[in-house]
Amino acid sequence: MFGYYFDLALRSLRRNKVLTALMVLAIALGIGASMTTLTVLHVLSGDPLPGRSSTLYAPQLDPRDMGDYQPHGEPPDRVTWIDGMNLLQAKRADRQALMTGGSVAIQPAQSALDPFYEAARYTTADFFPMFGVPFQYGHAWGASEDAASAAVVVISSKLNDRLFGGRDSSGRMLRVEGHALRIIGVLGDWRPNPHFYDLNVKNYGGSEGVYLPLSTSQDLHLAHLGGASCWGNGGADATPTAPCVWLQFWVQLDTPSQTAAYRQFLIHYSQEQKSLGRFQRPPNVRLRNLMQWLDYEHVVPGDVRLQTWLALGFLLVCLVNTVGLMLAKFLRRSAELGVRRALGASRRALFMQLLVESGVIGLAGGLGGLLLAYLGLWLVRRQPADYAPLAHLDGAMLLMTFLLAVGASLLAGGLPAWRACRIAPGLQLKSN
Amino acid sequence: MDIRPILSTLNRHKITAWLLILQIALTCAIVCNAVFLIHQRLQQMDIASGIAEHELVQIKFTYIGDRPDAYAQAQTDLATLRQIPGAQAVALANQLPLSGVDMSSSGLKLHPNQRQNTLEAASYYGQNLLATLGVRLISGRDFQPDELLDLNAVMPALHSGDMKKLPHTVIVAQAVAARLWPGQNALGKTIYVGNDIPLQVVGVSAPLARPDNLQMGAQYSIVLPIRLTATEGGSYVIRTAPEDREQVLKSALAALKRLDPNRIVLEQRTYDELRHGFFENDRAMAGMLLGVIVALLIVTALGIAGLSSFWVGQRRRTIGVRRALGATRTNILHYFQTENFLLATIGIALGMALAYGINLFLMMHYELPRLPGIYLPVGALALWAIGQLAVLGPALRAAAVPPVVATRGG
Repeated sequence: MFGYYFDLALRSLRRNKVLTALMVLAIALGIGASMTTLTVLHVLSGDPLPGRSSTLYAPQLDPRDMGDYQPHGEPPDRVTWIDGMNLLQAKRADRQALMTGGSVAIQPAQSALDPFYEAARYTTADFFPMFGVPFQYGHAWGASEDAASAAVVVISSKLNDRLFGGRDSSGRMLRVEGHALRIIGVLGDWRPNPHFYDLNVKNYGGSEGVYLPLSTSQDLHLAHLGGASCWGNGGADATPTAPCVWLQFWVQLDTPSQTAAYRQFLIHYSQEQKSLGRFQRPPNVRLRNLMQWLDYEHVVPGDVRLQTWLALGFLLVCLVNTVGLMLAKFLRRSAELGVRRALGASRRALFMQLLVESGVIGLAGGLGGLLLAYLGLWLVRRQPADYAPLAHLDGAMLLMTFLLAVGASLLAGGLPAWRACRIAPGLQLKSN
Repeated sequence: MDIRPILSTLNRHKITAWLLILQIALTCAIVCNAVFLIHQRLQQMDIASGIAEHELVQIKFTYIGDRPDAYAQAQTDLATLRQIPGAQAVALANQLPLSGVDMSSSGLKLHPNQRQNTLEAASYYGQNLLATLGVRLISGRDFQPDELLDLNAVMPALHSGDMKKLPHTVIVAQAVAARLWPGQNALGKTIYVGNDIPLQVVGVSAPLARPDNLQMGAQYSIVLPIRLTATEGGSYVIRTAPEDREQVLKSALAALKRLDPNRIVLEQRTYDELRHGFFENDRAMAGMLLGVIVALLIVTALGIAGLSSFWVGQRRRTIGVRRALGATRTNILHYFQTENFLLATIGIALGMALAYGINLFLMMHYELPRLPGIYLPVGALALWAIGQLAVLGPALRAAAVPPVVATRGG
């Protein structure tokens, strides 16, 4: 029966080619635009560390003075050197890492390569196990290297490819800002997006090429990147003593009870610092997990959300357009449908027949929409935004496109089919 | 023309007519808001930087490793760059308007011990800054050469609170003066920054845009008497005739490389390129909005045309009868045009209410101003025009139906 309906649908669609093309085009445009923007939204609001993100937290303290004080304000989203070090040494979480970003000059040993700048991360040792960073060669550094400000460095696989042609470079030396550092590890493929642990540098595509101990970066006076926000007599300089927040602090807390305990610890710490005279404001702490943190920091650009709304509005117009056209078309065939009813076809059978016809249009439109989505994403990738290179269709979004296309066509076909099959057989025959 | 027969016909195609109205309403609402968004972006892209945009080139570089003689090197660099043929003026600046990164900004207060900052202004500093950028002083004076302090001396003084080694003077942009002292002369007034460091206003400059965060007050800028070096994030800015920019940029790079080959160039561009880059996202967004508007109007026009064709086909016999009873071609043509006009008008009326609703939603979520009333009639005109254009073909075909059709069966 389905085969017969399908054949009927094709005949009917062929009878009015322009109209069919119009309906397919409308659905394809709507779905193509929606899928492009939904894919971008999906990629940008994704979980950078699936499986781990729920146990990672960004503690926030308020170490500022009373200048510009507002009750119930949000504390700064970074920590000072002193607070970072205190929290780090308190070791109240399973793992904790204090870090900041930088940009360093790399002088390749090969004279064929000019010196170049590479994004760097200065961090304490727990960074690697806490974020589950994979290693291709060698290993991360440990607490002893942190304590000794060891001249060691971990590099990304991309930098390793560039400098050493992808070979195991652990044990070799790397000249960073004129200092010789020993490479102890090479990362595997690790590009968390959004760049959650430091949103002051770049929101997307900000993975670093060079990782070295925070203490070493201080000893070598390596330049800090990502700015600092200061109060009181702080300039804009990121130094250990300045009243400035400029470091990121992350902790791993595996259970809700640990989280509650850590929150208490942060309040307690703030009170203690206030009684010591370092803090002036009443304790004001936050403990957001990774996804809450991304939400709080408004990582997904407003433009992308706006584009998604716009595309969905566009899809709605295209659907209304298709419903209108299909309804007109089905109603015009009332005579034909009336004959079929008179010959014994049930309403259900007519409804199925018409639904198959609209389904064919929806499917064709969906396929067209998929092609347009690929084209749209290609256009997005050519945009200047830093998230642009990430815009690719994945399995989940492919499935979503399919569902959207079928859903849209059933929606667009359902109403006209229902309306058209509710005709009295006798009336239509009489009028002819 | 009597619209009663039209209404009674439409009444028999209620669902289809309402679908068409709905489509027109949605299109009208989306198009009004999209055009408004484009206008917002274009307006933002039109902002005046206040500097001699077409006459500037920027070179930013850094040294490898520490550089203890950076201040001496900077003076040598500046002297060398001044010698380049075509270079009219050379500055060493901490940041430039619309460069996309707010490297330095200050909260300004009117009184010491004031709790909240009155406003947050971008702070510019550097050597020979205003003259090179071409920013005019409206009143007061520029900094004297001996007034400039070295950044590497200011920073320690800031931490120790040693007021003597900190700047005492400031030049404020016109917008800052107007905001802090409306209707008064700003010269000689004092503002407080950071830990209540007093700065006396010695000059008021023509408008000068901030590097970024334009929503915090696009023209809120101040200039401080501080000198910095390339190692501290400064970049060289050269003023030249517009047609010499490429040549001057090339000679300047070569001259700097000759002085010291051990530097890495981070930026080398004309100011026009810098400004172009700053608005790239806005341009892309405006382009996308325009694309959606065009696609929407095309889809709607095709939808109207398709539906009208159907109705014409369906009513061939009726048209034939009307023609046989004495209706002229023009009558038939007008019938379909009026029908479309009626549908479009209802759609536009609904669309305006919807446009207003969408605008309210956008205002809540995207810091957009209210949709100015002018967009509504413009959107209405556009949709009426599109509707009439789309219906013209089918209506002409209807008018061409000969009266003899009435006599045929079927």
